[in-house]
Amino acid sequence: MTGIVGYGSYIPRLRLNRQAIAQANAWYAPQFARASGSRAMANWDEDSITMAVAAARDCLGPGEGRDAIRSVMLASSTLPFVERLNAGVICEALTLDENVEARDVTGSQRAALACLSDAMARVKAGEGDALVLAADNRHTRAASSQELDLGDGAAALRIGNDNVIAEYLGSAVLTVDFVDRFRMSGEDIDYAWEERWVRDEGITKLVPRVVRDALKTSGIEAGQVDHFIFPTTFRKIEGQLAKICGIRPEAVVDGLADNIGETGTAHGLLLLAQVLERAGPGQHIVLAQFGSGAQAVVLKTTERIASFRPQVGVDGWIARGVAENSYTKFLSFKGQLRLERGPRGEQDKKTALSTAYRHRRAILGLVGGRCEVTGKVHFPPSRLSYDQSTPALDTQRPYKLADRRAHVLSWSAEYLSFHMSPPNYYGQVDFEGGGRILMEFTDIDRGEVASGTEVEMVFRIKDVDERRGYTRYFWKATPVRKASSPAALVHADAASE
Amino acid sequence: MAKGIRDKVAILGMGCSKFGERWDASPEDLMVEAYTEAMADAGITPEQLDAAWFSNHMDDIGVGRGGTPMSIALRLPNIGVTRVENFCAGGSEAIRGAVYAVAAGACDIAIALGVEKLKDTGYGGLPMGSVGTYIPQWYPNAVAPANFAQLASAYQHKHRVDAGLLKRAIAHVSVKSHANGARNPKAHLQKAITVEQVLNAPTVAEPLGLFDCCGVSDGAAAVIVTTPDIARGLGKKDLVTFKALQVAVSNGWEMHSNDWDGSYFHTARIAAKRAYQEAGIERPREQISLTEVHDCFSITELVTMEDLFLSDEGQAVRDVMDGFFDADGGVPCQIDGGLKCFGHPVGASGIRMLYETYLQLQGRADRRQLSDPSLGLIHNLGGQPSQNVCSIAIVGHEGA
Repeated sequence: MTGIVGYGSYIPRLRLNRQAIAQANAWYAPQFARASGSRAMANWDEDSITMAVAAARDCLGPGEGRDAIRSVMLASSTLPFVERLNAGVICEALTLDENVEARDVTGSQRAALACLSDAMARVKAGEGDALVLAADNRHTRAASSQELDLGDGAAALRIGNDNVIAEYLGSAVLTVDFVDRFRMSGEDIDYAWEERWVRDEGITKLVPRVVRDALKTSGIEAGQVDHFIFPTTFRKIEGQLAKICGIRPEAVVDGLADNIGETGTAHGLLLLAQVLERAGPGQHIVLAQFGSGAQAVVLKTTERIASFRPQVGVDGWIARGVAENSYTKFLSFKGQLRLERGPRGEQDKKTALSTAYRHRRAILGLVGGRCEVTGKVHFPPSRLSYDQSTPALDTQRPYKLADRRAHVLSWSAEYLSFHMSPPNYYGQVDFEGGGRILMEFTDIDRGEVASGTEVEMVFRIKDVDERRGYTRYFWKATPVRKASSPAALVHADAASE
Repeated sequence: MAKGIRDKVAILGMGCSKFGERWDASPEDLMVEAYTEAMADAGITPEQLDAAWFSNHMDDIGVGRGGTPMSIALRLPNIGVTRVENFCAGGSEAIRGAVYAVAAGACDIAIALGVEKLKDTGYGGLPMGSVGTYIPQWYPNAVAPANFAQLASAYQHKHRVDAGLLKRAIAHVSVKSHANGARNPKAHLQKAITVEQVLNAPTVAEPLGLFDCCGVSDGAAAVIVTTPDIARGLGKKDLVTFKALQVAVSNGWEMHSNDWDGSYFHTARIAAKRAYQEAGIERPREQISLTEVHDCFSITELVTMEDLFLSDEGQAVRDVMDGFFDADGGVPCQIDGGLKCFGHPVGASGIRMLYETYLQLQGRADRRQLSDPSLGLIHNLGGQPSQNVCSIAIVGHEGA
């Protein structure tokens, strides 16, 4: 049996209050005055690569067991690099084998479903497990409806033949050059055509065709569908599509529009991950997405559905959110508002690529070296291991630190240097089992860190070289979290900011 | 252990420029200021110099690299000029080069000069330095205040010190240094401050506020060294000689192992022990008359008192609050105002610290003069708590 053997997701912690957008733009776009809820907002050091890594880690969990993965597909319409394999960065961060086949897939909102169908075929053909990742860091025009409706996020599916929790029954695809939106290379923001045309001539006509075809291929009646997923920013259209297709209205899956927003390429898999978290065995799931045509897949949960749990899960990420009421912070993080950086912001961030390659396992994989003689863990790894009397030569073996818990030894937060989200928090972090790194902290609130605070590692943007257009990545520490307190999720009145 | 340099090398003369925001002066001008004073104090002519050591940290601002900037600025007689750079301890490194050359007999008279022109960057604070191609790819975009501020979090955690008490103790450190600096015409900052001012200043790096940080300024300092015999031959009396010169450099233990607790300077303790042994000092708290330490930040000075074994471990807060390191205390610290009031022209600071100690030992410190000092300790630190270069020099009256 071929199907989903694991799933994961990632939603950034910040949730921009839509009223912050509406009130800041009230003079210009009064039509948004009644906007409510929030949207997920990537931190300044997050992009589609880092969010995909987070979703993959949510799916794969800590430690080993990644050897069976033979292919990685990254679907996104907001890939940081046009030239350089984005999925290759992710493979390094996940410390996957070098002989994994990795690819970037882009160009439409349904790219993740294209990856999913492809992955199913590869796995069925006996080519090992496949990891399907989807992530989008949305870019929108200020004071647009997209700014309110869209969100940032990522999702991951592991496809395999053993311990399948959701069997792949079939799929259907329509490739049609229906241009509801477009963005040429080098542009940041989509240009969209009239919504009513997109809805009535595009979605309403194309999506039912693929859903019907997919159900037919799978041998499933529409009435048997328990979960119908169709990511969209059009209100209530999922219900209309279900009705057209003959799917029960209660099967329609909520699109997380209220507090997360539509996360683009990732959103179908994100909603699927949430359905899988909650589903029982023997349930039929239809996932459809629209874009340059339409695509649908049909899945059926197995008796093993409850045997897998992601590390955090969609509900877990939703619960970790914190309200963000600063619209200028959002604009700055999205590159739409250039704030004064001072002369310290002029520092050159050029990356020596030969150095980066030489140390890629340490930098991208957070792999240190553990001395076989003393047991001491070194980061960065080195040929000579520290020892009080006789340093040992070439005794270190690779030692992964990314999934180990750690504690803060010392820290500070400074307001002197340029930082995208001041103050700049960093400190010395001691890993359980050995190893120490002086490193930056991220996703941190005032008063949240002290000597002894337990932290975990997240893969983030280290620096952006704006002169040459290059982003470099490394790992950062963030406090080990559970759900946010209800107070953190209550949106303060944006006007009080 | 080697015999060391105790009483083998004497100070022939010293000079120190006015420190501050020297908008009027180029680094060459600052060098000339320190050099002409030192040469006049030594009473020699340029032809008598055998070799020079030149300390300068930032090569992207100021004078650039190599020994030529010093040789050209001072029109030296084609002697060897060696540029040294060892973070903020570069000044002490230049002294070490000159002192060792004289102790070895390779030179009769040598000069060490340090200069830094920091106020040509267009902004406050220390310029960001280059750290190679690998470190920036993983190491935090760190600045000195936050590196040193981490001492406070670790010290507080280790010794269970109340955060408010530690904040007041480091405030006392700065208030004391400003009181001293107010009596020094060469200091950058010459105003006394109050504890309330320190506590209410804007935060730079938690828990350090503006007055917990030393100033950033321009300056130069120079020392001319020779053998005691030659010094006497040149008519010098009341010689100040070197008793010890020790440098300890981190090898990664603090930063990369899990053993260091982050609350002290591992290198300072090693260098201090070696220096006391070289100088024959057994009870530093009783024997040392004064210290000039690397108070880049108030918390640095506080923990350094323990690293130099002038306070027992965990007791520096009490000693500071008791005024033990005040001008009228048991072991006055930063009697010239320290980095706190002089600012920190990186390459010059180590030599500036020696300058005040030399003046004090010669009884030439004017309104700051302590009564009858015999041994002075200079602690000059480069880098940051988890990875640094620590230099400790001890000077005193010949035979002391």
